Amino acid sequence: MALIIADHIIKDYQTEDVVVHALKDVTFEIEPASFVSFVGPSGSGKTTLLNLVGCLDKPSEGTLMVADTDVARLDRKAGAAFRGRHLGFIFQDFNLIPVLTVYENIEYPLIMVQNIPSAERKERIERVLAAVGMADQKDKYPGQISGGQKQRVAIARALVTNPKLVLADEPTANLDSATAYAVIELMKKMRDDLGTTFIFSTHDTKIVGEAEIIFTLEDGELKGKENKGGRSNG
Amino acid sequence: MGNLFKIAIRNLLRYKRRTLLTFSLITIGVVFVLVFISVSGSFKNMMIGQITDSMLGHLQIHRKGYVASIDNLPLNLNLKAGAAARLENILDKEPEIEAYSPRIKFGGMFSNFTETSGIRLTAIYPEKEYSTTPLLPTRVIEGSKDLKRGGILIPELLAKGMKVKTGDMAVIVATNQDGSVNGKQFTVTGILQSVTGPGGRDGYIHMEDAVEILRMNDKEISEFAIRLKDFGKLYKFSEKLEALLSKELNPQEKPVFELHTWEKLSPFFNIARMIDVMTFFIKLMLIAIVLISIMNVMIMAVYERIREIGTLAAIGTLPGKILNMFVIEGFCLGVGGAIVGNIAGIIIVFILNLSKITFDFGQQKGFILQAFIKPSDILVISATVIIVSVIASLQPALKASRMEPITALRHV
Repeated sequence: MALIIADHIIKDYQTEDVVVHALKDVTFEIEPASFVSFVGPSGSGKTTLLNLVGCLDKPSEGTLMVADTDVARLDRKAGAAFRGRHLGFIFQDFNLIPVLTVYENIEYPLIMVQNIPSAERKERIERVLAAVGMADQKDKYPGQISGGQKQRVAIARALVTNPKLVLADEPTANLDSATAYAVIELMKKMRDDLGTTFIFSTHDTKIVGEAEIIFTLEDGELKGKENKGGRSNG
Repeated sequence: MGNLFKIAIRNLLRYKRRTLLTFSLITIGVVFVLVFISVSGSFKNMMIGQITDSMLGHLQIHRKGYVASIDNLPLNLNLKAGAAARLENILDKEPEIEAYSPRIKFGGMFSNFTETSGIRLTAIYPEKEYSTTPLLPTRVIEGSKDLKRGGILIPELLAKGMKVKTGDMAVIVATNQDGSVNGKQFTVTGILQSVTGPGGRDGYIHMEDAVEILRMNDKEISEFAIRLKDFGKLYKFSEKLEALLSKELNPQEKPVFELHTWEKLSPFFNIARMIDVMTFFIKLMLIAIVLISIMNVMIMAVYERIREIGTLAAIGTLPGKILNMFVIEGFCLGVGGAIVGNIAGIIIVFILNLSKITFDFGQQKGFILQAFIKPSDILVISATVIIVSVIASLQPALKASRMEPITALRHV
């Protein structure tokens, strides 16, 4: 059973005078534990698609099933609960909470979203901190660590809730190429270890090659799919 | 919840200068209100104390209709002996009453054998009167506080104006109920300081002298002044006594007595009320300060953290928790401001009391300011500040909680 089923998705935006067709009849499926990349130039619809899959936005037309849930039907509260239960997010700008330490940033979704008991929380945080190699930095604030380290923390925060799917919008855009590769490798390792599905968007051609399944978007249309051994149906 | 407080406090510390400014504003507001309430309350209590404890008593009972004509001191509206006795019987049974004093009030002429002037006289039983108005003896600035038959306490202004000293003889001439005039010679035993200012022309004589000068066959009482054990129970007791007195009817089935609290008998009540009104407006100002400053800081906080709000929402934080996060920030500002403001206010009031600031009231001078902060004032002010802080945070917090995560994440 596919983790994501997108069936003839259309997304239009109404600006002041014109309607922008951000996604035009996009259909695809992604299997669990895939390592998927959406590529394309700016304005191709990558971020829009990730936002729809991430239940942050709703399609204008079409059906989008994520983890057996029609995400278009979720209201704000149910959407938040769904995201907290099934999804993890990695942002281009890391989006860590500046007033919380590395440890507390990772702890945040466990306390505020999933309400996990203290002992289990500690065990999970220490596990992901070790996995992303940030155990020795756990008491630092985001302002005290580098961009690559911030993204590692963001990955740890996304993974600590054991989500089915992690969505990363341009996760390497603000990183140098060595750090970018390291982050992608870390994501892949996490996928291998935990079986979490990773979907990331990028327009960096070097990073794209690290994905196992690559969807190419152009002007809101799905132009192609390259399967390098992953699990998906385009 | 602890985590929400931790995040709120750290967010407040994130913008230290702004938080400090808001915090200071609330603190100054609380200090200002506390000091104003304690100082004005001190003045008000002193004023009420002076009026009630040296003249009026806490309550007064008259024959129905007397107070409407009180300026004329109408002898024909005095309580007959029977009614006065019935009233004393009622008052004796009330445990809330500390003391009461029957009085006959009448107008007369005061003569020092060379000059004559008008005087308002209150005839009293000194022991009863001094128990009811314990500050009255302290107003005797010259001579003896002990008022015996044949003696008269005259107001200071009359004594000065007519060059009368203690020990001098004087004659009081008064008209009784029948219209006949009678006179009696008195010895000036004491000179009274005025409470209410230059207009004070009230003298005191013994009750039995009044009965004699007014040629009363039976003692007819103008009023009963009452002192309560607990002034705070004035209104409650007043209602109770009113109910008891309403059962006392004349042959025409109309009430015999009328009861008035000091407030209805003294124009100074309006000053007391004015102080209350000013206090109310000062409190309103505090509410406005807290409301505007907290709302301003919270609107800024939400605006500056839109992307952060988007992140929190994206990773699954429910709208209610985002709302709580911002409301708790406002709450913390309010609690902090209230605590520091109260402490600073108490210290300032303590210093004011140590400074022994004096002020005058009427003809009486040198009252020492004794500002006092009631615990209830601290509680009310703190609760007001905290509640207003929460209310002021609600609008920005609601805005944050209703933000679409996608819009918030796009915010630059």
